[in-house]
Amino acid sequence: MNRQVKLEIWVGVFVLITMVSIAFIAMKVSNFSQNQDRSTYQVDALFSNVGGLTVRAPVKISGVVVGRVTAISIDPVSYRARVQMTIYSEYDDLPTDTSAMILTSGLLGSQYIGLEVGADDDLLVEGSRIFMTQSALVLENLIGRLLVSLTEGGSK
Amino acid sequence: MNWLAKLGAVSLQRLRGLGQLTLFVISIFPALGYAFFHIRLVFKQLYFVGVLSLPIILTAGLFVGMVLGLQGHYILSTFNSEEIVGSMTALSLIRELGPVVAALLFAGRAGSALTAEVGLMKSTEQLSALEMMAIDPIKYVVAPRILACIIALPMLALIFIAVGVFGGYLVTVGWLGVDEGAFWAQMQLQVDWQDDVINGFIKAVVFGILIAVISLFQGYEAIPTSEGVSNATTRTVVQSSLWVLGLDFVLTSIMFT
Repeated sequence: MNRQVKLEIWVGVFVLITMVSIAFIAMKVSNFSQNQDRSTYQVDALFSNVGGLTVRAPVKISGVVVGRVTAISIDPVSYRARVQMTIYSEYDDLPTDTSAMILTSGLLGSQYIGLEVGADDDLLVEGSRIFMTQSALVLENLIGRLLVSLTEGGSK
Repeated sequence: MNWLAKLGAVSLQRLRGLGQLTLFVISIFPALGYAFFHIRLVFKQLYFVGVLSLPIILTAGLFVGMVLGLQGHYILSTFNSEEIVGSMTALSLIRELGPVVAALLFAGRAGSALTAEVGLMKSTEQLSALEMMAIDPIKYVVAPRILACIIALPMLALIFIAVGVFGGYLVTVGWLGVDEGAFWAQMQLQVDWQDDVINGFIKAVVFGILIAVISLFQGYEAIPTSEGVSNATTRTVVQSSLWVLGLDFVLTSIMFT
């Protein structure tokens, strides 16, 4: 085996290691394997408070991820938060009276949108709006309400 | 009067250096085409700058990942959220540490060697000899090395990231007992393919171009004495490192805000 061939074998090994690394990063570390070639449709919902919800937060039904939040903005008419989300096309049989709520995974975890499937005959399609929503639980409001009810209870 | 003359001399010297660098970069572009068609020359350099840098990259990546895992676990366990140590390790490796540390190691391991090699070629008049034989040293010596650097550094950075994540996995899951499923799931939830991985890769390509141009320029324009070559080698490592760190800030502020 001459020197040039030996050298090229080593370069081949180098390229192979790089390809293994790329595969590892794509499949195991990043979300490359999840968001490829999945057709989706877009719906939106108005919330009076989105709390700490972020773009790319998951949309779940019964804890199973069925989509992602794509944009959060203020609705110019109602001044409520407008959350746009894409839902994977295999879940295209959701009724129009499905309700959306902002939930928290764990006590201090990240927030996600939970969908509660309704019973209507009409189905959600591209561009439809979810009307029944429940805002994020804001800890300060909760504590405030708790304190009020405690002091009221004490004065009785 | 004397200090004014000194100031003028220093300014002129700097300006001349800048002009030389510009001419050097311009003369590289046609030569890179030549290197593409003589890919065997590039393979040979890829062996010297890429393959021979592998041991240092693998070792450094493993230990950087392990330290990230340890420190992340230490700080995050006070919030009872050890699971996100995976995404923390992966994100910091992909966005910053992978490209930057790989580039710093690459500048020390390969950039300095290239400067010394080309500088020595110049001082022993091998470059002049090539010109005498009507072979353009920019085409035959410089361009393959530059191309090899630009190809090798992104590859090394990707390997660094993969090994680093594996090191973090070893420490946090294998030793500190973080749940394996949560470790990978949190990582996949946080790391975005386009925003994080592609941007990190772009960083590595930019650093590759930077180190290649600095090290070859310093070697090519080195003063052909033993002292001049040693000075040029030092300058390569110092300038490359500082430019990498400075440019990393600029790139981060463009990409991740």
